Amino acid sequence: MTKLFVGTELAKVIELNHPDSVADHSDAAVIVHTGQIHKVLAFLKQADDLDFQVLSALTAVDYIQHFEVIYHLLSMRRNTSCVIKVRLPGREELAIPSVTDLWRGAELQEREIWDLMGIKFEDHPNMKRILLWEGFPGHPLRKDFIR
Amino acid sequence: MAIKTEPITINMGPQHPSTHGVFRLRVTFDGEVVVDVEPVFGYLHRGTEKLAEERTYVQIVTLTDRLDYTASMSNNLAYVRSVEKLGGIEVPERARYLRVICAELQRIASHFISIGFMLQELGAFGTPLMYCFRERERILDLFEMLCGARITLSYMRPGGLIQDAPEDFWPALSILMESMPEYIDDLEGLVTSNEIVLARTRDVGIISPELAVNGSVTGPMLRASGVQWDLRKANPYEVYDRLEFDVPIGYQGDTYDRYLVRVQEMRESLRIIEQCVEQIPEGPIQSEAPFFVRPPVGDVYDSIEAPKGELGFYLVSDGGISPYRCKIRAPSFINLTLLKDMLVGWKLADLVVIFGSTDVVLGEVDR
Repeated sequence: MTKLFVGTELAKVIELNHPDSVADHSDAAVIVHTGQIHKVLAFLKQADDLDFQVLSALTAVDYIQHFEVIYHLLSMRRNTSCVIKVRLPGREELAIPSVTDLWRGAELQEREIWDLMGIKFEDHPNMKRILLWEGFPGHPLRKDFIR
Repeated sequence: MAIKTEPITINMGPQHPSTHGVFRLRVTFDGEVVVDVEPVFGYLHRGTEKLAEERTYVQIVTLTDRLDYTASMSNNLAYVRSVEKLGGIEVPERARYLRVICAELQRIASHFISIGFMLQELGAFGTPLMYCFRERERILDLFEMLCGARITLSYMRPGGLIQDAPEDFWPALSILMESMPEYIDDLEGLVTSNEIVLARTRDVGIISPELAVNGSVTGPMLRASGVQWDLRKANPYEVYDRLEFDVPIGYQGDTYDRYLVRVQEMRESLRIIEQCVEQIPEGPIQSEAPFFVRPPVGDVYDSIEAPKGELGFYLVSDGGISPYRCKIRAPSFINLTLLKDMLVGWKLADLVVIFGSTDVVLGEVDR
């Protein structure tokens, strides 16, 4: 059975190595500050006792007050998974560091989030729309998108 | 004397017989050799995730049929499992077994399509594809007995299934189970040691295990690279923990291994179905789940091993009758991440075969 790494325990491990990077945590997930997200994810990937070598899913949710970007990480060797979240306040000019240098698997998924949610990923090698065409008005998965 | 060549960019698709739907590749060639590839998606984008936000949890089952339209049962299963996890809905034992039988039949049908089209792209025009389709038809006939539909099945519901299998289903299934191993032997006899197939697919389009893991590749493509990872084993859902089966892996990660892994998986699926038929208990097939499912506020991610790889649904509930957000982690889409790494350096004729071996369905890529 794939074991979910309990958020409260993971938060302690992250705090130990990267102080002041955890904004909030629950049993299910750890919420990390936007500025520290790349450092924290690199740590989760490289630390030998965590070993999250796979980014199984990357997604975003529009909560109107803020956006949430959600990383589902997986360690095949230890058969554990964990959920890391980032909160982005506001609605305009949203940006977050890309993780394509850690996981190639993020390439298409980050482009999809930019296309449908309008969150830019900095340092992505090819930050273009993917499912819709260039010049499409707005980002359709946002809650305020009007057809 | 070296001949000076100039790179030339050509379009493959969206209308091209070998692209499994409406997929476009902008390929740059140096002579006959691929130097750059840019996939262009979105011709089949229907906004499934947005549509899901305006439908009830039960209605969304019909949307999932249209993702990977060669494996509707697996899509149904992945979705209803997420809803059940989010809403804490119990599923009766008999329904669990029937779900596994359906999912494994669907895996065989999907792999038939994958292998048939790959052979078609190798230049074996028509005949092998029709051999595969003939057997797939027989599986679709079984699905028709279960729910009346052949492709867009919508057989599963949160909490169970729409109806029990009719009495005729079980004898029909056992006839299929008896003849299928022989048929797979026939297919292997024609293909597995065929000299042309070997020459065209051995060592072509290799993905190393490290790259495959880093690129979030899942399913037969990952296992062909030699990584032993199958969610049915690693994170057993439904009744897989009670069933005995092996996870076939490849060694090279080339096009041939991807074919081989799929053929072996079909045999394992038959083993699974056999055990399910023996073990399936009598009883109800639907728990008392309300028609308007109202899961508590929260979010959940659940994934299954679909024929193409890890198919996951990330659902966010605000307590209402429809999900606040429904993200689909589509395996074909993410498996395309490494397309460029597989193709660069190979010739135009190999490009078609390598792309065929990735087993992409555009309904799932574009959603």
